[in-house]
Amino acid sequence: MSDAIIVNKVYKKFGKPAETPWWKLLLKRDANKSKTNGKGRRRLVTAVDHVSFKVKEGEIFGVLGPNGSGKSTLIRLIATLLLPDGGGIRVFGHDPEKEPIKVQRLINRVSVEASFFKKLSPMENLLYGARLYGMGGKETRKKVVEILNRLGLEENSIFRPMEEMSRGMQQKVAIARALLSRPRILLLDEPTTGLDPVSKREVQAVVRELREQDGTTILLTTHDMMEAEVLCERVAILHKGKVVALDTPEKLKELAPGVDGKPPTLEDVFIHLTGRKLTNGELEKEGA
Amino acid sequence: MSTTVQQIQATYAFMERNVNLVKRYWAWELVWLVYSIANSLSVSYIGLGMESLAGAEVDGRFLVLYLVIGTLVWRYLSLIFIWITEIIQIERWEGTIEYTLMAPIRRVVHMAGQTLFAVVYGTIFTAIILFVTVNLFEIDLSKANLVGSVLVMAAGSISFIGISVMASVLPLLFPERGAQMTHIVIAILLLVSGVYYPVTVLPDALQKLSVISPATYVLEGVRQAMLEGTNTGALWPFIWPVLIMGVIAIPIGLWVFEQAERYAKRTGKLARNG
Repeated sequence: MSDAIIVNKVYKKFGKPAETPWWKLLLKRDANKSKTNGKGRRRLVTAVDHVSFKVKEGEIFGVLGPNGSGKSTLIRLIATLLLPDGGGIRVFGHDPEKEPIKVQRLINRVSVEASFFKKLSPMENLLYGARLYGMGGKETRKKVVEILNRLGLEENSIFRPMEEMSRGMQQKVAIARALLSRPRILLLDEPTTGLDPVSKREVQAVVRELREQDGTTILLTTHDMMEAEVLCERVAILHKGKVVALDTPEKLKELAPGVDGKPPTLEDVFIHLTGRKLTNGELEKEGA
Repeated sequence: MSTTVQQIQATYAFMERNVNLVKRYWAWELVWLVYSIANSLSVSYIGLGMESLAGAEVDGRFLVLYLVIGTLVWRYLSLIFIWITEIIQIERWEGTIEYTLMAPIRRVVHMAGQTLFAVVYGTIFTAIILFVTVNLFEIDLSKANLVGSVLVMAAGSISFIGISVMASVLPLLFPERGAQMTHIVIAILLLVSGVYYPVTVLPDALQKLSVISPATYVLEGVRQAMLEGTNTGALWPFIWPVLIMGVIAIPIGLWVFEQAERYAKRTGKLARNG
């Protein structure tokens, strides 16, 4: 089985001195100070710190980490939305920085915030998305109904503005949008955050189905340990931008002792490795 | 599917999306149209007002037509500018910018889709204002060279596209206030291009700026065609400068946009919703 994604010593920081206003750059002393974490100065944040891993074709690979651990930044780097400061990424052999269009043809992404034109209906939004990927209108209209029904969305809501839909429903439309282009790699950035338990299971079932039926490679970020455990074949634990462990959920659990005589969970592993708890249910705002 | 067909389909994606947005925001579009008509009429009435104030020395009908042409040409060009510069702003507002910039399309295709829509939208919008204005002021267009005017405006659109693409990087680089920054470009063009007065009344420094504004040539060309009925061939001196400006400005605009996009991807500015 070939490698779908290779991430090799990727490094990304934000708040670099280059972002200092031009007039401050003229005053060298100020520019140098901005590298520090002084009061009122830009702080240099390393979002992804020399991260390396490989995702095999057809694998569901999880990246588990708390808010601010670098998960979304990592997804954006693979999705051609950010450029790395160091290291390299290959997506089926293509470099996202040098061959963005080749990579973009192979991937699609669902982010934690379902981003849509809120006045437009799911049908109008998905038509727009599908045409960007070279799909025709007739073919798309048929598929939209099919996919949204598969995700449990009522047919009459397909033509209502997105702003009238719940967050869970919007997230399902976001997943439908990603599925429409039939990507070889699907990047799921906390796709089930904010969904009710039933919707969460529906989405998880679709993820499994995609892998089984279409052989889609899936890179999933989450801070839901149960989700990582039931969906992913391998999980990388990310903490402060670094991979602190990477293995199958079963093998990861061998890294931590059990609590109160019970076998260890992924949460125990995380606490054991990082000394802190994961926070569920929070929206991640990182990489900006 | 061949790459070319895919890219053409993508161009249509932007046009269709914008048509859908206009339909969904129909109430706003109606308000904007009424505002634009009222604005054009109030400027045009200055012509009749001048006649009333200064007496027979001023040809009020001529002034009205002079100002009507100014408001219409300016409305058309500024609509193109607004729709192209909003290429980023709309998507920032809606939060879809990352999704669109992640799609496998060339930036020139992205711009082409937005530009084609802007030209069609601007033409329809301006035609409605023209219809209302001509009927209200009972303007006689029998001697006007309408075909020549359309040709000058079409050529002018090309140069405005380049300027607009360059200005559209501002919302990309400055998420919080970039859209407002584009107003400076349009305000300077309005000042120096002779929209409501001949550029000869401007101070020397501003007259020099008017030479590099495509709107100056478009306004002068359309006025010659509409007020004096100048034949299309004689309008060439107003057409070639704007075509040259377009040929230079569009590739520069695209290059500037690509650099700005790269900078935004390097610094993580795409993810911010300002």
